[in-house]
Amino acid sequence: MQAYILRRVAQGILAIFVISTITFALARVSGDPLNVLLPEEASEEQIELIKAEWGLDKPLHMQYFQYLGKLFRGDLGEAMAWPNSTATELIIERLPNTIKLSALALVVSGVIAFPVGVLVAIKKDTPFDYGGKLFAILGQSAPTFAVGLILMWIFAVQLNFFPTSGSGGVEYMILPAVALGYYNVAALMRLTRSSMLEVLDTEYVKLARIKGVAEWKVIWKHCFRNALIVPLTYFGLIGAVLITGSVVIETVFAWPGLGALVIDAILFRDYVVVQAVVLLFAAAFVIINIMVDVLYAYIDPRIRYT
Amino acid sequence: MAVQTTAPGAQVGGAAAAAAPESFGTKAWRELRRFPVVPSFILIVLLLVPAIFADLLAPHDHLLGNLERVLEPPAWVPDRESERVIVQRARDNNAEVSINNARRNIDSGAGTLIDANGNDQPDIGETMVRVEPGGSWEYPFGTDKQGRDVLSRLMHGARISLAVSCLAILLGGVLGTGLGMVAAFRGGLTDAILMRIVDIKLAFPSILLALTLVVAIGSGFSTVVIVIALLLWARYARVVRGEALTIKERDFIDRARVSGASNLRIMLRHIFPNVFNTVIVLATLEVGHVIILEATLSFLGAGIPRPQPAWGLMAADGREVITSSWWIFLFPCLAIVLTVLSMNLLGDWLRDRLDPKLRNV
Repeated sequence: MQAYILRRVAQGILAIFVISTITFALARVSGDPLNVLLPEEASEEQIELIKAEWGLDKPLHMQYFQYLGKLFRGDLGEAMAWPNSTATELIIERLPNTIKLSALALVVSGVIAFPVGVLVAIKKDTPFDYGGKLFAILGQSAPTFAVGLILMWIFAVQLNFFPTSGSGGVEYMILPAVALGYYNVAALMRLTRSSMLEVLDTEYVKLARIKGVAEWKVIWKHCFRNALIVPLTYFGLIGAVLITGSVVIETVFAWPGLGALVIDAILFRDYVVVQAVVLLFAAAFVIINIMVDVLYAYIDPRIRYT
Repeated sequence: MAVQTTAPGAQVGGAAAAAAPESFGTKAWRELRRFPVVPSFILIVLLLVPAIFADLLAPHDHLLGNLERVLEPPAWVPDRESERVIVQRARDNNAEVSINNARRNIDSGAGTLIDANGNDQPDIGETMVRVEPGGSWEYPFGTDKQGRDVLSRLMHGARISLAVSCLAILLGGVLGTGLGMVAAFRGGLTDAILMRIVDIKLAFPSILLALTLVVAIGSGFSTVVIVIALLLWARYARVVRGEALTIKERDFIDRARVSGASNLRIMLRHIFPNVFNTVIVLATLEVGHVIILEATLSFLGAGIPRPQPAWGLMAADGREVITSSWWIFLFPCLAIVLTVLSMNLLGDWLRDRLDPKLRNV
C-alpha cells in the first residue's frame, strides 16, 4: 500500500511539474508582456528599466529557472494588471469565494442526487425512473453556462426569487451553486441508481427482508450505505467538474472567485496571474485524483497491483 | 459467407416454431424501431440543413443589423401594455408640452404612448399607456442589440458548430489513432513516453488547457479547431492502443510480416481497418462533447471571435440583456442542448450497433 501511495504521489508531482512548465511556455508565447506593463509611447530607457525589474532581459531558460525557484518558495510573482498586489494575494483574496461556492454546489448535488437516486432505484421502470433518466440525459447534454443562464432567467428575472448576479449573502450563492452542481447531480444520481439496484439484488438484503426488518431500514441502513461506495469513488470526476465549472459559472453570475479572476487575467494578458491560477487548479485536480485513487485502492485491494 | 447453419432450436420441436428464422421484413422493422428517429430528425432540422444551406435559408444577413429594429421580440410575442400615466395639464394648456411631460414621466424604454382609442395625440387628463411592440414574422426569433436577425445567426451558428466539431474530431482522431497505433506497435520506450503524456493530458482540466492555449495562440477559427483537437487526441490514443495491442498478437499480422509487408503497411492495411469501427463510434460519441466545448470557449470569449455568430457567443451577448430580452440567450442555449442531446442519443445507438465493447468508455 505504501509503495502504491508513493508511486501515485511521485506521478502527481511529475504531472504538476510538467503543467508548470507548460503554463510557463504558453504564457511566454501569448504575446509580449511589455505591452501590458508599458504605455505605447514609453521610451527606450523605460523599457529597459521595466525589463530589468521583471527579469525579462534575461534569456528564457534563466527566466524559467527563476520562476521555478520562486515557485518553490511559494512566491507566485507580482500581478501585472492588478497594481500593488501579488498573485498570491489575489488568490488568497478570491479563493474563499470559490471554495464556498464549490462546497455549496457539492452539498446541493449530494442532497439532491442521493435521495433521488435511491428513489428511482426503488421505483425502477415507473414514471419516476423515466423522469430521472431524462433528467440525467439532459444534465449531460447542457453546457454549464446554458444551465446557469436558464436558471438565472427563470428564478432571478421572471420569479425574482434571487438576485441575478454579484456577491453578497447566501441568496447570491444559491443559483450559481445549483447550476454548478447540476452536472454532478445527473452523474451521481445515475451511479447511485445502478449501485442501489445491484445491492437490492444481494442475498443479505433478501435475508434482512425475510427477518422482517422494516422496509425503510432495509433501504437506508442495509442498501444505501453499501451502495454509496461506488459514487464516492467518482469524486475525482466531480472535483474536475467543479473546477472547470467554476470558471464558467463565476463568469455567468459575476461571482468574484478564482474562475472569474483567471478569465479577467486572460483578457488583460496578465500571464503571472494566469500561470498562478492554472497551476493551482491543476494541482488541486491532481491532488483530488491521488486522494481518490488511494481511497479506492484502500477499499478495493485488487487495484494496488495493476 | 456460404457456411450452412442450422437454427439451434430447430430440433427441439414445438417451441421452435416461434423461434423460426424471422423474415427480412420483421428484422428490418425491429431495427427501424430501435433507430433514434426523433433525435435524428432534430439533428437534421437544427444542425445539418441550416449548416449546409445557411446562405439560402437565412432570411437576413447574419452580420449586418438593422439599427431601426433593435431588440425586437420573437414573432409570437404580442404587443404588451407596460405602463400607465395620466397626462397632466401643463401650465399654459399646451397639449404638446403636456404630452411631452407625460412621456418624460415614464422611463425611456421602447414603445409608443397611446390613449384608449389608440390615438397618440391624447387630450389632457386622459390615461395614456405605453405599448411595447410585439414581434413580427419578418424576424421570427427576434433581433439582437445590433438589430441582427436571431434566426439567421442561429443558422450560421449551426454551420460554425458543425465545422469546428467535424474538423477538430477529424484532426484529433487522426492524431490520436496514429499515435495509439504507433505506441502499440513499437512498444517499449515509445509506448511508455506516449502513454505518460496521455496520462498527464487526461489529468489536466480541459477548459483551462484550452483557455491557456487559445490565449497563447490568439483566438480564431483555426485556433479553436487545433486547440480542441489537442484536447481530444489522448482518448483516441488510449483506446486505439488498447485495441491494437490485442490485434498485434493475432496470426494474420505475423503472416503479413512473413510475406514482407512493411511496418507502415501492416499498420495501415491490417491494423487500422480493425480499429476503424471503434474510432468511428468514439468520434460520434464525442461530437456532443465537442459542441459543448466550442460553445463554452466562445462563451468565455476565447473561441470564435465576434461578430461571427457562434452559439456560445450569442449566449454571452444575451446574458447582458437577460432582464429585458430573453430570446437572445434562450434560443442559442436551446439549440446547443437539443443538438447535443440528439447527438448523444444517436451516438449511443451507433455504439450499440457497431461496438458494444465501448459501453464503459
